[in-house]
Amino acid sequence: MSLQPETFKSLVKVAAEQVISCAPELTSLDQAIGDGDHGINMKRGFEAVLGKLDTISAQPLDEALKTIGKTLVMTVGGASGPLYGSFFLAAGEALSHDKHLPDDLADVFGSGVNAVSARGRSQAGEKTMLDVLVPVLETLKTAAGQPDLIERVRITATEAVARTAPMQATKGRASFLGPRSVGHVDPGARSSCVLVQAVCARLEEQQ
Amino acid sequence: MNDTVGIVIVSHSKDIAKGTADMVRQMVGSEVKVAFCGGNPDGGLGTSVPSIIDAINDAWSAKGVAILVDLGGAETNSEMAVEMLEPVRRDLVVVCNAPIVEGAVMAATEAAGGSSLAQVRAVAEELSAD
Repeated sequence: MSLQPETFKSLVKVAAEQVISCAPELTSLDQAIGDGDHGINMKRGFEAVLGKLDTISAQPLDEALKTIGKTLVMTVGGASGPLYGSFFLAAGEALSHDKHLPDDLADVFGSGVNAVSARGRSQAGEKTMLDVLVPVLETLKTAAGQPDLIERVRITATEAVARTAPMQATKGRASFLGPRSVGHVDPGARSSCVLVQAVCARLEEQQ
Repeated sequence: MNDTVGIVIVSHSKDIAKGTADMVRQMVGSEVKVAFCGGNPDGGLGTSVPSIIDAINDAWSAKGVAILVDLGGAETNSEMAVEMLEPVRRDLVVVCNAPIVEGAVMAATEAAGGSSLAQVRAVAEELSAD
């Protein structure tokens, strides 16, 4: 399977639409342990991405990912704008430096994850989006080339987001709550899961 | 004319950013360029990269710009804004690890005396030292 421009366009479209339709859920998760704007912010950012979909999908893949990243940085706001923006900017940067899809998927995704970690000065285990992105990266590495890779990634994301509920936050606004952050799914982990699941579901339909 | 380091104030609340800027102007005078921004693109609480870039441009000085922020998102967005500047400007902008109100006043006071960006930052960050 190689990533055709039409496939890429449909992946971006379905991922953006899923995030937009999950905005109320993301906002309600963020009202529990954050400042309550994650859904609104993500919706604003991904609506901007949808608005540029034709431009984005006409670009080479590395440029397209960078355009998505820059669009998110400039429109999402909050801390999630720079975090998601950095993910796509770094993934695009990796592709422009001799990395190719699908062969280097784990490397490209890993570049994005490292950028999020650096931007947020955070690691997995602190109740953030990295608690979904890091396990997904591990699955991309360990199950690379397996016929059920996509299904494994989807399951990894679903299980990972649930594991954020019992965690106590040590980064971001939720960390202000200390022990009171326990018992709630992290909104950033949830939005990452929504994006990963949307891409996986679309790829599974195509198989 | 002697250039002085510019000051940018980034708060989640536009009122806090504006109030801090007013306080700086009143206490330090008008020789230091002070710009501020706050709020998300919908007019609610938050910070946004484009408005931070605009504020950096408004406060621009050949000696550089020191940014004072309130909470984590303001810091993350400010760092992102700095990285999106042209490479020649990037090294002339710093995000200070300092309390926003006291930091802005101290930084502007230091800047008014013609100090370098590093000196301005150091004075602001002393407020966070143990």
